[in-house]
Amino acid sequence: MSAPIVIIGSGPSGLRCAEILARAGKKPILIGAEPGLPYNRVALSNYLAGDVDAAGLVTHSAERLAEMGITLRAGLRVTGIDRDARTLVTDSGETIAYERLVLATGSQAVRLPFPGANLPGVVLYRTLDEVNFMLNTAARGGRAIVIGGGLLGLEAAVGLAKRGMSATVLHAVDRLMERQLDHSAATLLANRLRSQGIGVELLAMTVEITGEDRATGVRLKDGRIIEADLIVMAVGIRPETTLPREAGLSIGRGIVVDDQMRTSDPTILAIGECAEHRGQCCGLVAPAFAQAEIAARHLLGEDAAYAPQTAATALKVAGAGVWSGGDIAADDAESLVYADPETAEYRRFLLRDHCLIGAVLYGETADAPWYKSLLGQDVRALRPVLAFGRAFAPKEIAA
Amino acid sequence: MSTETVVKTTCPYCGVGCGVLASPTGPLSAGIAGDKEHPANFGRLCSKGSALGETLSLDGRLLHPEINGVRVSWDEALDEVARRFSKTIAEHGPDSVALYVSGQLLTEDYYAANKFTKGFLGTANIDSNSRLCMASAVAGHKRAFGEDIVPAIYEDIELADLVLLVGSNAAWCHPVLYQRLLAARAQRPEAKLVVIDPRRTSSCEGAELHLPIRPGSDVALFNFLLGQLASNPDDPAVIAARKDAPDLAIAAELCGVEPADLAKLLAWFAETPRALTLFSQGVNQSSAGADKVNAIINLHVATGRIGLPGAGPFSLTGQPNAMGGREVGALANMLAGHLEWDRPGEAELVRAHWNAPNLAKGPGHKAVDLFRAIESGQIRAVWIIATNPVVSMPEADAVLAALAKCETVVISEAMRAQDSVNLAHIRLPALAWGEKSGTVTNSERTISRQRAFLPAAGEARADWQIIAGVAVRMGWGAAFAWNSPADIFREHAALTGLGNNGRRLFDISGLATLTDAEYNGLEPTRWPVPSSGEGGHRFFTGGLGAKLVPTPYRLPVNATSEAYPLVLNTGRIRDQWHTMTRTGKSARLMQHLPEPFATLHPDDAQGVANGDLIRIESPTGNSVLRVQIDSDQRPGSVFVPMHWTRQFCPQGRINQNVNAEVDPVSGQPELKHSPVRVTPYLASWHGFLVSRTELGVDLADWCAMLPTGAAWRYELAGLEPPDEAFDHLLARLDHPGAWITLIDRASGLYRAALVRDGILLAVLFIGPDHALPAREWLADLFVRDRLTLAERRALLAGKPADGAMPEAPVCVCFGVGAGQIQAAVEAGSCSLEVIGIETKAGTNCGSCRPEIRAIIANAKALLSEAG
Repeated sequence: MSAPIVIIGSGPSGLRCAEILARAGKKPILIGAEPGLPYNRVALSNYLAGDVDAAGLVTHSAERLAEMGITLRAGLRVTGIDRDARTLVTDSGETIAYERLVLATGSQAVRLPFPGANLPGVVLYRTLDEVNFMLNTAARGGRAIVIGGGLLGLEAAVGLAKRGMSATVLHAVDRLMERQLDHSAATLLANRLRSQGIGVELLAMTVEITGEDRATGVRLKDGRIIEADLIVMAVGIRPETTLPREAGLSIGRGIVVDDQMRTSDPTILAIGECAEHRGQCCGLVAPAFAQAEIAARHLLGEDAAYAPQTAATALKVAGAGVWSGGDIAADDAESLVYADPETAEYRRFLLRDHCLIGAVLYGETADAPWYKSLLGQDVRALRPVLAFGRAFAPKEIAA
Repeated sequence: MSTETVVKTTCPYCGVGCGVLASPTGPLSAGIAGDKEHPANFGRLCSKGSALGETLSLDGRLLHPEINGVRVSWDEALDEVARRFSKTIAEHGPDSVALYVSGQLLTEDYYAANKFTKGFLGTANIDSNSRLCMASAVAGHKRAFGEDIVPAIYEDIELADLVLLVGSNAAWCHPVLYQRLLAARAQRPEAKLVVIDPRRTSSCEGAELHLPIRPGSDVALFNFLLGQLASNPDDPAVIAARKDAPDLAIAAELCGVEPADLAKLLAWFAETPRALTLFSQGVNQSSAGADKVNAIINLHVATGRIGLPGAGPFSLTGQPNAMGGREVGALANMLAGHLEWDRPGEAELVRAHWNAPNLAKGPGHKAVDLFRAIESGQIRAVWIIATNPVVSMPEADAVLAALAKCETVVISEAMRAQDSVNLAHIRLPALAWGEKSGTVTNSERTISRQRAFLPAAGEARADWQIIAGVAVRMGWGAAFAWNSPADIFREHAALTGLGNNGRRLFDISGLATLTDAEYNGLEPTRWPVPSSGEGGHRFFTGGLGAKLVPTPYRLPVNATSEAYPLVLNTGRIRDQWHTMTRTGKSARLMQHLPEPFATLHPDDAQGVANGDLIRIESPTGNSVLRVQIDSDQRPGSVFVPMHWTRQFCPQGRINQNVNAEVDPVSGQPELKHSPVRVTPYLASWHGFLVSRTELGVDLADWCAMLPTGAAWRYELAGLEPPDEAFDHLLARLDHPGAWITLIDRASGLYRAALVRDGILLAVLFIGPDHALPAREWLADLFVRDRLTLAERRALLAGKPADGAMPEAPVCVCFGVGAGQIQAAVEAGSCSLEVIGIETKAGTNCGSCRPEIRAIIANAKALLSEAG
């Protein structure tokens, strides 16, 4: 009997790949460094906010995995890859042979290197363990600082506020979620957070975590010191590439892969946040799933190629719908903007030669899928009603 | 106030003179219905008449006297008018003053104005806007009949076997008569209708024949018919007619119609004794207007088709009381009561009746000359009553300039918001319809009472009272000591019998002894009503006693040229009256044709598309109008409605483009034939604004206003960049509050709406062309108390959604909403996995799965309950 397909990483993309392989009769081995059953990382914010409990995060029971033919090796850390022997070495000393290997190692949360960044009381926002730590701290009330005004940072702040902490977001640039939102939408969002009692400090550059043996607050570049009982660092992620780097695979920002998700060693594939496809690393679950599917189909002998999707982010932040898709930073694009300040609804569409190239929706996002389908399309015929959604479009275009 | 009082009165619009039942429901409102007993309409009313109840508000009314814009008492105002007129006459003689009056006046007011001017000011410089309307008919009647007589009656419309409708869009301008005609045709399908009009108008619907004649060629057509049908070849009129149009081919060529069509008309007229010709402004408003009228009368007289049931020439009067004005003689070339200066002894009769030794000695200036005399300084004081000459006169800009420099301009008017009133030094508030009381005479010589059913607005007074007030102050109190319109009517009726003895058909001396009660109760009465002997229904039976008048055909005065290649023809539209001071108040009436427009034939619309704005230019002015491209328009001609004023659209007035050429006999201007050119109006933006507050008509380079009921709508276009216009208009609205906006600079698209506490206050749409959303849906939202969220979100789309509004997604990744998930459960999907396969919901990021589970559980619970 030949060696199995082995997947390192039991996060969403690894699990999705395993599922597809298992459905096709393969018996993949899924190795996860975190203990316990695979859980939905995307829903950690719901868990923090109390919308789901820990059990609700689990996506697959042990029975279900066994029934599907997936062997889960949880709490096992792979320490080396022997490409010649096609074997893995683990921290328990075990050697696991593979026929083909899929790297789905995801990414690490970034810990900024300023003084005090490693003090107790400073936590990253990536794993179930870290969220549990935040919940324990929040149970005592007090003040929380979230460094980073991206999606995760805002979700952390909202969750902590819901858990009874007084939360403040510190963001180094002039608007929240600058990669997804334009200035107007970001301002609406900041106003909404403030109205919910969450502090938002923009252009707030943290230079130090204060405290001797545990964090007591942060010092900003402008000299201000803000005290806090909990400091969450949510300043971005970095592809996890330690293993493949040591194994001599080609690495850029992530593990370089081709359209079939193959690394520089064609027996090894990489998917999800750890992979770099055509110079792009993804940070969202949708493309990660798509890559998982391509990898699985390739391993099953199908002719499949990954084509990057138009990036789109659909979120609910602090109760407000937020969606953005396509290129929202094109300086040369024409823009069509709808705004209703009183209901806090806002839409910006970016167009070039009557083609929709990007869109930002804030407040009401029900039409997001339609707008996503219009990205790259000539929208000349519906330009005057573009902002109002599919229900207003001429029938032949709405369909 | 809720009374069951029903007041019988008469419509204030066209010359049909329909009976109206008014039931006052408050000081400014009344229910309106047609009077089934009135012989003009038998209960019918047109769109304008039906909407009379919507025009009774005090909006825009002149409510108190003013001198130089300052409110004064009646005494001060009347003193000042008397002082200025006395001083001007003392310094420059009686011909240095003038009155310019109106077919909107009641007979009693008209009589007072005429008596005041000719009898006591000592000048015949009193003319009426009837000069623009009926003067050619009057001149034609006088030449043929020796007197201004309409020989036919309305009943003839029902009795005729052939009706010629000439220069008349009766379907829009005399709608109730047209309805009577249609009803008769329905009863007698063999009766024929022929429309002779350069335009294919609504009146052509169902006509057996439409002859789209060359503008101004009516005389050639009627001369042809006369030449072919007259039995007396030696009559000079027949000789002249045969010279102009010797045969079918030449006549057809002159008129620009198909010979076969003309032959058909000839045959039908020849074989139909009961032939009736209804004619109106297309005939009268011409430099050959009197000849056109006589050409028509000649044909009827020569063929004996006159004065018999269903036969005759029949002038349809434009105004409600143009006929009454003609009866009292309030035109510069008439004396009074069909009495004439040039008939021996008649001036003496008037002088004696009025006890007016200073009676004017001969005719005065007719309208066009009258304003020219103001311009030249010969006339230094003018009193304008119930009319709007800066809009209605030809070369209107010159009229405006003349009044602007005139020493003394007095205006008696019901409305303050009226272009001419703006130019007056002294403004005198007059009673409006519903407040005033007196008589009017319609096209068929029927005298009807207009009765008051509302209290006077503000300090407004009856026109006769105002005139008498000035006369008293000028020292002529004894001649103006009337206590009521009945007093005036009796004086007027008595005059018509003086020295008459059958010499003049106009004789109502039989009404001179009415008591006040009899006057108040006067039923519609067709004249003549002599004090002794019989009256009569029709006149000049078989042509007896009527003269043929030679009418050699001539072209309109100004021909088109390379510079001005199109013929401008002005006219009325269905739902507006004159300068819109009354009909413009009705949102319902304004909806029919909301903006001033110009109709062009497709062949003449090079470089312009339907709905574009165009500029019309003549040597004397220009206008900017919305273009309607319509193949019913005759090529080479452009039609423009005459109603719009500066109050509604500063660039939508048309008459500054109209040439002031007049008929040499009647003095009526050629309002239907002015050479013009048309060029595109290159606006850099088009837009509209609907506002709960009135904003004025200076919002943009081009601006047309109309009330919508709950709001004011402004159609706009401008020359500045659209973003500047947008900012400027938002600033102009000056509402504190946050605007909902849609801005697409690259497309030139700017939209904004303001909602406060759920109530829509204003919407503004700007775009690069006139292709903007329909206004009706938005205008309707102003009627609501509160907007729904869906309406609010649709505001700047300018329309409600075509399709279903999307539901808020449960699964954001695939945009699947609760309804869709529920439907899947009801269709049999029972688990998260199956829902995922069916709808894709929850199969991507999975963060919605808890919600999907909850929806499944709920839906299942509901299903089991139901099951």
